[in-house]
Order: sequence, then structure tokens, then C-alpha cells
Amino acid sequence: MVERNIYCALGLNDQEYQKIEQIMGREPSSTELAMFSVEWSEHCGYPRSRSLLGLFPKEGKYQAMIGEDSGGIFYADTAIVFKMESHNHPSQVEPKQGAATGVGGIIRDIFTAGAKPIASLDSLRFGPLTEPYNRFLLKGVVDGIAFYGNCLGVPTVGGEVYFDESYSGNCLVNAMSIGICPKDQLARARAFGVGNSIMYVGSSTGRDGIGGCSVLASHEFGEGEEKRPTVQIGDPFTEKCLIEATLEMLATGHVVGIKDMGAAGLTCSSAEMAHAGESGMEIDLDKVPLREEGMEAYEIMMSESQERMLVCVKKGKEEEISDIFKKWDLHGVVIGQVTDDKNIRVKYQGKVVADIQTEALAKAPLYQMPFQEPANLKVMNTLDLKTIPIPADSNQVLLSLLSSPTIASKEWVYEQYDHMVQTNTTVLPGSDASVLRIKGKEWGLAATSDCNSRYCLLDPYRGAQIAVAEAARNLVCSGADPAAVTDCLNFGNPEKPDRYWYFKNCVMGIVDACKAFNIPVVSGNVSFYNESPKGAINPTPTIGMIGILPDVAKRCTQYFKDDGDVIILLGETKEELGGSEYLKVIHGKVAGQAPELDLLKEKAVQKAVYEAIQQGLLNSAHDCSEGGLAVALAECCVSNRDKAIGSNINSSFVIRNSSLRKDALLFGESQSRIIISCSKDKTAKVEALAKANQVPCQKIGQVGGESLKIEGLIDLPLNKLNDAWRGALKQYV
Amino acid sequence: MFEAEVKITLKKTVADPQGLTIKHALESLGFTSLEQVRMGKFITIQIKAKDKAQAQAEVEAMCAKLLANPIIEDYTVEVK
Amino acid sequence: MKFGVIVFPGSNCDQDCFHVVKNVVKQPVEYIWHKNTGLDNFDCVVIPGGFSYGDYLRCGAIARFSPIMESVIKFAKAGGLVIGICNGFQVLLEAGLLPGAMLRNKNLHFICKFVELKVEATDTPFSSKYKKGEIVRIPNAHNEGNYYIDDKGLAELKKNNQIVFRYVSNPNGAVDDIAGIVNQKRNVLGMMPHPERCSEAELTSTDGRPIFESIVGWLKQHGRT
Repeated sequence: MVERNIYCALGLNDQEYQKIEQIMGREPSSTELAMFSVEWSEHCGYPRSRSLLGLFPKEGKYQAMIGEDSGGIFYADTAIVFKMESHNHPSQVEPKQGAATGVGGIIRDIFTAGAKPIASLDSLRFGPLTEPYNRFLLKGVVDGIAFYGNCLGVPTVGGEVYFDESYSGNCLVNAMSIGICPKDQLARARAFGVGNSIMYVGSSTGRDGIGGCSVLASHEFGEGEEKRPTVQIGDPFTEKCLIEATLEMLATGHVVGIKDMGAAGLTCSSAEMAHAGESGMEIDLDKVPLREEGMEAYEIMMSESQERMLVCVKKGKEEEISDIFKKWDLHGVVIGQVTDDKNIRVKYQGKVVADIQTEALAKAPLYQMPFQEPANLKVMNTLDLKTIPIPADSNQVLLSLLSSPTIASKEWVYEQYDHMVQTNTTVLPGSDASVLRIKGKEWGLAATSDCNSRYCLLDPYRGAQIAVAEAARNLVCSGADPAAVTDCLNFGNPEKPDRYWYFKNCVMGIVDACKAFNIPVVSGNVSFYNESPKGAINPTPTIGMIGILPDVAKRCTQYFKDDGDVIILLGETKEELGGSEYLKVIHGKVAGQAPELDLLKEKAVQKAVYEAIQQGLLNSAHDCSEGGLAVALAECCVSNRDKAIGSNINSSFVIRNSSLRKDALLFGESQSRIIISCSKDKTAKVEALAKANQVPCQKIGQVGGESLKIEGLIDLPLNKLNDAWRGALKQYV
Repeated sequence: MFEAEVKITLKKTVADPQGLTIKHALESLGFTSLEQVRMGKFITIQIKAKDKAQAQAEVEAMCAKLLANPIIEDYTVEVK
Repeated sequence: MKFGVIVFPGSNCDQDCFHVVKNVVKQPVEYIWHKNTGLDNFDCVVIPGGFSYGDYLRCGAIARFSPIMESVIKFAKAGGLVIGICNGFQVLLEAGLLPGAMLRNKNLHFICKFVELKVEATDTPFSSKYKKGEIVRIPNAHNEGNYYIDDKGLAELKKNNQIVFRYVSNPNGAVDDIAGIVNQKRNVLGMMPHPERCSEAELTSTDGRPIFESIVGWLKQHGRT
């Protein structure tokens, strides 16, 4: 029997080890043990989350397509493939390379599906910038995304950056990528057809990223090996060449299946491709291009060297494929064949070092995790507004909120990303969602990512629903019809019942919200164990969503356009301050109930705005989110980098809402509200649309002037708003 | 086999924003006695040659042709 | 009239330039793989932006030794039109077809944003459709666009009216606010901003299109010299 400390160090428990021995009918080899440990890990096999993830809707108003490593939808003759994935822990240790390889990995998932990557988004979360290490992380992560994404020529068109104490010690880097291809050119991650060749393409293999397995090296297998850092190093230039070569290869029609060597490299790619193709596979590690000398079999199988892929190629076409990679100065070598025995067999130096049923590897154990509502939740949910003093000077509050890093302009971030390459970005970052045209088509795509994790902390079910609703709202404000979701579920240790309770409720929230919007969850990723000694991160189910603009010419942006335009507020403002940015920034509290969400009302507001934009009635649309109405109005005034424009909110609006606390009116975060503007002559039509959809609709003021005025409450010149909002982030970095 | 070490730095007349940024960072960490920080590249080349002089000449030719840009950079070659 | 767009490993604006030539100014265009040689069938060569060879060593330094570059040098010496955008500009500098060199941006960051440029020279095949002194908006997207030239070289550029575009507000530290220059014979242009990113109404600005239209107009009038 293998020593207990070895399999434990690989993350396997006693029962799992015994099960492996039982499956094998003998003591597993070091390579086999390492292969099981990664295939059964949460990262690959989802033993602790699989049962819940099965609840996500897989169908919706657009035809969905769920592949092995990514998913998407079909629209007209096009497949739109997209996925979001976390790279949290590597980024916390080495932010630049961690984020860079996160971008590289997610983009590989897109082009291995046969799609050309056309855009990326990054959802980032850090601890407060007052701590130097958090500033180091922010700078490093942004630098890494820029370093990798810019070189690839895939525009980084959007995302989000949040700051909260819970991420100190465990930042989140969730990278999303989108690609498109003609429907019939999609590729799958499958190997089948006995005798077909298994080819290794891309970079060579080194010892980088051999995670828990390094412990093997320090025990009986390979004494005296040099200890390596487990952070992988990204090479965007090679990846760029790999994209070109791969798309060229797929166009030949000689490819049966293809898979990225991501987590646990060759192990996952070989075993999962064989399993998905209901085949077996034999590979010879002597043929793998190595970068270092003296590598052990398990090291080659576990290596997470970047920019490598495994391809199943039709017999007889190997040389043609190899030539394509040669043209791009990349490796393209045959390392094995498809077999008919449903086993993955690995040979090295003339010996069989692993021989396992792919079925056994692919079927990670399934655990029902205990869950329990956190003991402190009731206390957190208690908020007596009477104890919250209403600040006398609302101007000062607004400026403080605008310069809160979570709300402040993210220009410092996205100006470091090439967000225009490929010349499709028709709505640049800085609006509710980015919009891409598709050359040669009338339609376009919008994309966004959203999650307010403070809401999820206070109420995971509703918080997750809000994340879905807000993502959809952002797309609608840009003129798009919400179409499909990818999610990146970031949580603490699932073995702790309160953490798992959060996970379970967030998943249920996403399930129910997606069903309400009739959109599927087509891809995603789970990241557990996001904890620091101070505790778990806020539950963060990041929602990536894409939407379709049937006519991209009808796109809409968030900022006010013309003097004299009428400003209309759709939706209802309630006395809600729980979980708000205002409560946190001004009063130092994270407490209360997350804002209410009525999915029927949410859908009605979205429908009204979507129709108004389709009819060409609106000049702008912007949703109210963190910071509430006042912050949203300020953003409508100053977020256009080329032209700030003022607005006047009239006294009748303020009087009509005088039953609300003024801080709740200005800064409360009631959901399902959208600020729109239109020319005077279109007002009646807009109001009629709102009425037809039973959406509360108030004319609240007019665009124009050099300041933002909310009668009797706010009066601030545009330059002050601009300085607070645009200048804030730069002050820290 | 010889090992050549190539050091490439920006010319003294060319502004070096990386060096300047490093200098500021060092100063903020309390290293206040700095005069100047310049940042450059360091390349090692293993080369077969019949003697040291030949190796030196060959690596210098590499510098002139590719490794350094004479408009903005200076280089030194040391063969061991 | 035929355009060629050179593709190095790591070029990433090749398809964007190709698109503008083919679909916006509607001229015949082909990709030219960097390992090819010979440009006899072309009238204008575009060296696109990107990260040729990953920008390893120095931007453009390795691409400059690709086989096609010998042909580009010959083509330029014979009077053919060559336009290098962003990384293409860096390649032209490394190849010695234009004077000067590129340093890292003063703020040490990649900068992607629209910038205002002043058109300083319109007597070139690339800028004749602009008005002299006109302010245009064209996006930058680079890490190393801090143009450097010594005083003597700068005096030479000024004397020969080789500076075609200057930044209105210098974003990267470039000497004398230089964003784009031509060689003395005025048939080779290098510029950091990306005109191909703003040649269509869908893309915020169309201020880049006159560059492509100028080339087409010039070639129609002069043919290939």
C-alpha cells in the first residue's frame, strides 16, 4: 500500500485511496495515483458541487450548445461560444503570471471549441486599496491581463472590479472569453476511431505547475529533485501562434477532437477526451517534447506548462497537421493512438506506467455536503434604520461614493487593456455593457459580468438572483436581448457547512433567476477554498452573460446625449439601504437585508427598455446599481469621456418621494430601476410603452447645463463629479 | 565552449522611466542614498569558438546586428 | 492597384488592416507571410500592428530580420508605398527605413485610448486628404510608443517637414510630441496610432479613413513610381 502521507498530500482521503485500490485491483503506481488525485479533485471532477450544478437550466430562448470545456448558443448560422473561469489562487501568489495564465487558459477553451476568440472580460475582486499588498495585487493582475490579452490580439472589452475586506488575502480573478464560428465548424473534446492518432501540439513540457504532486518528488519518487514554484509562466506569443495554427488545423477537417492541456495537463486532456469519445487511448511519454531533463512520468502527466493541446487526428493526416504547426514554429507530434479498450494506458521508457479505465477516472466520487445557515446571519440581517443618521450634506456623500474604488471609474484599468483590436468594439468599456459588431452581419453581441457579493453575504439566494437580473439589465440597457449565462462560483471551504449553505443557496438563486429569464447556463467553473486566515470571501457567484442585438445599429449607451432631453426613471424606489455601498462607505456597516427583487417586475422593466431601444426611442439607458439613483445620474452625466453634460432633476420628483428618507431616495439600491433619456417628442411613446408593460414611470428631469442638480438635495458642478469619479482609482495606484 | 555575458543599457542621454520608477520605489523603502538607477537587459550566450577573442568578436557582432539598438542602447560583452 | 498586408508571427492587426483596405476603401489586398520574398505585384505594403515575435528582445527587432523585410527595403528604395502602424512603425525603425527608436511609454503602462492628433504635413501620399493643422481622433494602443530621436535627427526631421502627426496632448513621452513621421522621400510612413480602428462609422470615429483614401488617391494619380 502507498504510504498514507503521500496520498493525503495529494488531496485524497482514506476512503478515496481504498476505492482506487479496489478499482485497480492492486496498488496504484505513482503516476496512476497522481492521475486519480487530479481527476477526482474539485477542480476537475466536481465531487462536492456536481449534484447542484446539474440543476442549472440547459435550454432557453436561444438554442444552447453545451460542450466538454465550454458552451454557448446558436444564433442564425453562427455558434457563439463562451466561458468564465477562475484563477484566484495563482493570482494571489503571483498576480501578473496568475492573471496572465488565467486569460490564456480561458481563451484556449474557446479556440479549442473551433471558435475564433473575439473578446474577453475580467471580473476582479480585491481587498481595500489602503493595504499595500492589495495595491500590488491590483497592479499585478491588471498588468498580467494586459501582458497576455494585448499580445494575443483579443480585445478585453469589459468586466468589473470590486473592493471588499473579505478579499484581502484571497483576491478573485475570473476571466471570461467569447468566440464565434460558423455552426458547422464547432470542435469537440473527444477522441474516437480506433487507430486515429493522438497528437501533442504547442509548447514543450516542463515542471511548471506541478501542484500537490511535488510532494511525490520529495518522497520516494525521484529523491533530490529541485523544488519548483508551482506558478505557471505564460507565453502569449506562443499562444497567439497556437490560435492561428489551431484554427488553420481545424479548417482542414482532419481533426476528430481537441482539448486544452489546462489543469493537470496531459492527465485531464487524455483521460477526458478518451472518456468523452467512449474510447481508450495509449500514449507514449517518450514522444512528448520536454523542456527539462530527467522528468518522471507523473511529472509529465501532471505538468501544467502552458500553451499546449491534445488533438485526435484522422489516421494518415498526421503529417499535414504537423506541417501547420511547424510553420508556426510549434511542436506537433504524434504521441499515441486511439484504442478500443476504454483504458488510458501511458508508457514511458519502455514500461507501462499507468493503465486505468477512463470511466473510473472520470467518475469522481459524489459527496452530499452538510450545510447550515451561518450563526451570525440573523445578526447581520438586523438593521434598524433609526440608528443610521441621515447626513446633512448629500453633496459630500455623493462625492464620497463616486470616489469609492468600487464605484469609481475603471479607466485606469481598461485603458491598459487593448479593447479595440479586431475593430468590432462598437460600445467601448465604460457603459453598462460592451457591444461588439460581427463583421458581415447585421446583428451584434453584448457582454457583461456582474455580482454584488455583499448582497450574497446577506442573502445568497436573492443576491445570486440579483446578479443574474443585473447582468440582464446591463445588456438590455445596451440594446441587447439577454441570451445565455456562464458562471464562476467563488466560495470558501465547502467542507464547512455554513460555506456550503451559501453555495447551495446561490446556485438555487441562479437556477430560478435563469429560468425566469428563460436563459440557459451553458458553461462555468467552481472555485472553492477561497479563504484566508481571516475567514472566507463573501460568496461570489460571478455571472457572465451575453446578449444578442438583432440590429447592432440600435445599440444604446448609458450617458446623456443632448440638451433638453427628458430624463425618465423606470421602476420603484423603496426605503432600502441594506447591503448598500452607501451604508458601507458612509456608515461603515454591512448589514440589513439585500434589496428586494421581484423577477416579474424586473422582466417588465427590461422588456419596456428593450422595446423602446428597438423602436429607436431612447438616447440613453443606465441601470441603478451600487450607489443608487444619485450615483447613476452622476455617471449618466460624466461617463462619456468626450463630453460631460449636466442634468436637472425637478422638485416634483423629490416631493413625490418625500415619504422616503432622503438617503434612501438618493443612495438606496432598490432593484429593477433604469434611468433613460429621450428627446421630448418621444416621451409620450416611451410612457405608453412603460404603461403597456405595467412599469412605474416618472419624468424626473431634463438633460443640460454644467452641473447635476437634484432639487434641494444635490447641486454639484460636472468637474467636481468628474474629478471624484475619474480621479479616485488613480490616487491609489 | 565559452560563456558570454551581454549587458545592454539605455544610453546615458536617453531617459529611463523604469530606472526612475525603481529609484522612487527604493527611496520610499528608505534607501535614500541613491544617486541613480538604470535598468537594462542581461543576456547569457553559450558559444563555441576557437578562442576567447573569437567568441568576443562574434558576440559583439550579434550585439551590433540584433541584440542592441545603437540609437538608444549601449552594450558590453564579457566572455568567460 | 494592390495592397499587401505583412503577417509576422504575433501580428494582430493584420486582419483589421486587411478589412479596411478590402471592405472600406475597396481595393484588392493580400496577406504576405513573413517568410516570403518579393513584392513585385504590390503597390502599397502595410506593416500592421501587434506583437511580432512577442515583442521579445525589443519591439520589431526580430521581425526586422524576417525574409520579407529585405524585399520591403528594396520596395521602399524603389519608391513603393510602405505604411507601418504601431508595431509596424517599430519594425520600420529597427529596419532603418525611418530614423529614431522607440522607448517604453513614460508611465510604463500599455495605453489604449483615443488621442487627438494634429496633422502637420499633408504633402505625403498618406495624408493628402487631411487639411493641414486639422485635429483628428485616432486611438493609440501600445506599450512602447515613446518615440526617441537625438537633437540632430530631430532638426533633420523638422527641416524636411517629415513629421506628419503630432499628439495634441502627449500621452507617452514622445520627443516633440511625434506620433507619425515619413522618410525623406515621403514614401514610407510610420505612425503609432491605429487609423484602421477608426475608419468606419460603427467605430466611434472615422478620422483614420483619409489615410487609406489618400493612399488610394495617390496611387490612382501616380501609379507606382
